[in-house]
Amino acid sequence: MATLTRRPGSGVYLSPRRGRVDRAKIVRRTLLLVLNIVFLFFFLFPYYWQTITALKPASEINATPVIWFPSHIDFSHFQSVFTDPNRNFGQNIINSVIVSSATTFLSLLLGTFAAYALARLPLPAKRTILVLVIVMVTFPGIALVASLFIFLRDLHLTDTYGALIIPYVAFSLPFAIWVLTNFFRDIPAELAEQAEVDGCTPIQSLTRVILPLSAPALVTSGLLIFIGAWNEFLFAYTFVSSPGIRTVPVAIYYFGGLHDTPWGEISAASEIVSLPIIALVLIFQRRIVQGLTAGSLKG
Amino acid sequence: MAGRGAPPPAIEARQAQSSAVRLGAWARWRRYGLSRHQLAWLLFLPSVLVLLAVLAYPAARTVWISLHTLRLDEPWLGEPFIGLKNYTFELQNQDFWGTLGVTLYFTAGSVAAELLLGLSVALVLNESFRGRGLMRAAMLVPWAIPTVISAKLFQWLYSPGVGAFNGLLNSLHIISGQIDVLSSDRMAMPAVILADVWKNTPFIALLLLAGLQTVPGELYEAARVDGAGAFARFRHITMPLLRGSLVIALLFRTITAFQSFDLPYTLTAGGPGADTELLSLLSYRTLFSYVNFGRGSALAVILALICFAMAAVYARQLRIEDI
Repeated sequence: MATLTRRPGSGVYLSPRRGRVDRAKIVRRTLLLVLNIVFLFFFLFPYYWQTITALKPASEINATPVIWFPSHIDFSHFQSVFTDPNRNFGQNIINSVIVSSATTFLSLLLGTFAAYALARLPLPAKRTILVLVIVMVTFPGIALVASLFIFLRDLHLTDTYGALIIPYVAFSLPFAIWVLTNFFRDIPAELAEQAEVDGCTPIQSLTRVILPLSAPALVTSGLLIFIGAWNEFLFAYTFVSSPGIRTVPVAIYYFGGLHDTPWGEISAASEIVSLPIIALVLIFQRRIVQGLTAGSLKG
Repeated sequence: MAGRGAPPPAIEARQAQSSAVRLGAWARWRRYGLSRHQLAWLLFLPSVLVLLAVLAYPAARTVWISLHTLRLDEPWLGEPFIGLKNYTFELQNQDFWGTLGVTLYFTAGSVAAELLLGLSVALVLNESFRGRGLMRAAMLVPWAIPTVISAKLFQWLYSPGVGAFNGLLNSLHIISGQIDVLSSDRMAMPAVILADVWKNTPFIALLLLAGLQTVPGELYEAARVDGAGAFARFRHITMPLLRGSLVIALLFRTITAFQSFDLPYTLTAGGPGADTELLSLLSYRTLFSYVNFGRGSALAVILALICFAMAAVYARQLRIEDI
């Protein structure tokens, strides 16, 4: 136990009960190890299953009993995901990239403006506004799907990228405003004030002082908004019907064969669209964890 | 607004000579930029407009539609106002109460399991050991995978004969033979809950871990010196200090679980029968399969009101400071 040995001067804790401490240490270590193995297995096993399904030769996918380790690695599912003439998976990926990037850019742009106004400039009833923002973060999409469908149809927007980008921006904006307002508020007021005394207009103090300091918060909320848009299903499934505009989750939802479900290809396609996100999440692990906890915890 | 003008910007030669001239709004804007109040509104308005047009207006319109008959398959009916008849119909409808029960079962089951498992994971991750970074990274994998993909993945895992779920239980000799869990009226919901637990526990664990890391280490040390055992330390230090995070995680997940759609829709589509048909699925089916927008909207409003009530409690828990 590191906390006990940290104070070598006070041997009181250590010497008389050395044996007990050591036994406790062993119990603790074993317990941690067992729990870690159980948790690791739980979190990774389904993903392992998806990965080996994607890499198995076709004959081993539908085998009983189940084959846990493929005899050799076979990339043919990855190939047929893109070459099958009945689907257009490359286009689906492009659609997802366009929709998610546009959503992220617009939400951050509008969110930064609004958050700066809320955190640094005079606006009435700020507390009420923030409470409304939080309520909107948890607003159910299913409650708006019908009227948004009519709204977008009346504007002749269904089956376009706009049918997705517009609702996505509206649904991620409250989150962006919430995270960025909290972040801007934590930047010492003196910095921005000093800039204004030195002759900056409020907008210059935003662009020259606040924004450069907020890069971490922008990256975090941008990533979370991007991932949210990349993963969104309900609106993408409802507002877009032509296969050429479909985003990835909907395309995978519709993956099917004539006779049976092509699990090898579904798994390969799932790998292709999950891997970039998993990579992003792992690279920006710290930031994402901060953003997630800020999004729902910080008050 | 104009009276509380902006602090003067950098002094320019032009400005000095015109200080005596009464400036019009445009000229003042040219010289000093906007006042802080004007700027605040200018920056805030685009977001307000987007939120009004794309969230508030459709929300109001959903309520409006729910008070009318609107069937897209029978346009000759028009859109007559019928008051609360869609609501009274649903409140007397067996299907509605059935799905409400299913929704509560799903919400209670998954949130309880996620909190328990998430708390255990957070407690383990709060200890220092080698490989902690690996563990935390592994946990982010389910969170990062799109929900639809995790639903497809579990559908494949649960496939009788060829899926890993039955394969694993058979290799471990827990069962012999095959169970088609998604077609079994008793097992389908636990199976959906398990998939949800896999996907959402990491989020809870991260929230609780963030809460745990704010507990000062000296408290544990002091308690240990006073002879408190591991359980006593958990009971009297960890739990009270973690209560805030727990309540927030509980509320946030309850709201989001209550409105779950992607996972049950893709994994079971509400089946077998209506055993996993959540309120969101019934609303969606009424809207887009039966194209009965009036009744479907009434169901959506009921769902939204329940979420709204929970969100109000949630917003109070966050203790938003005045700014």
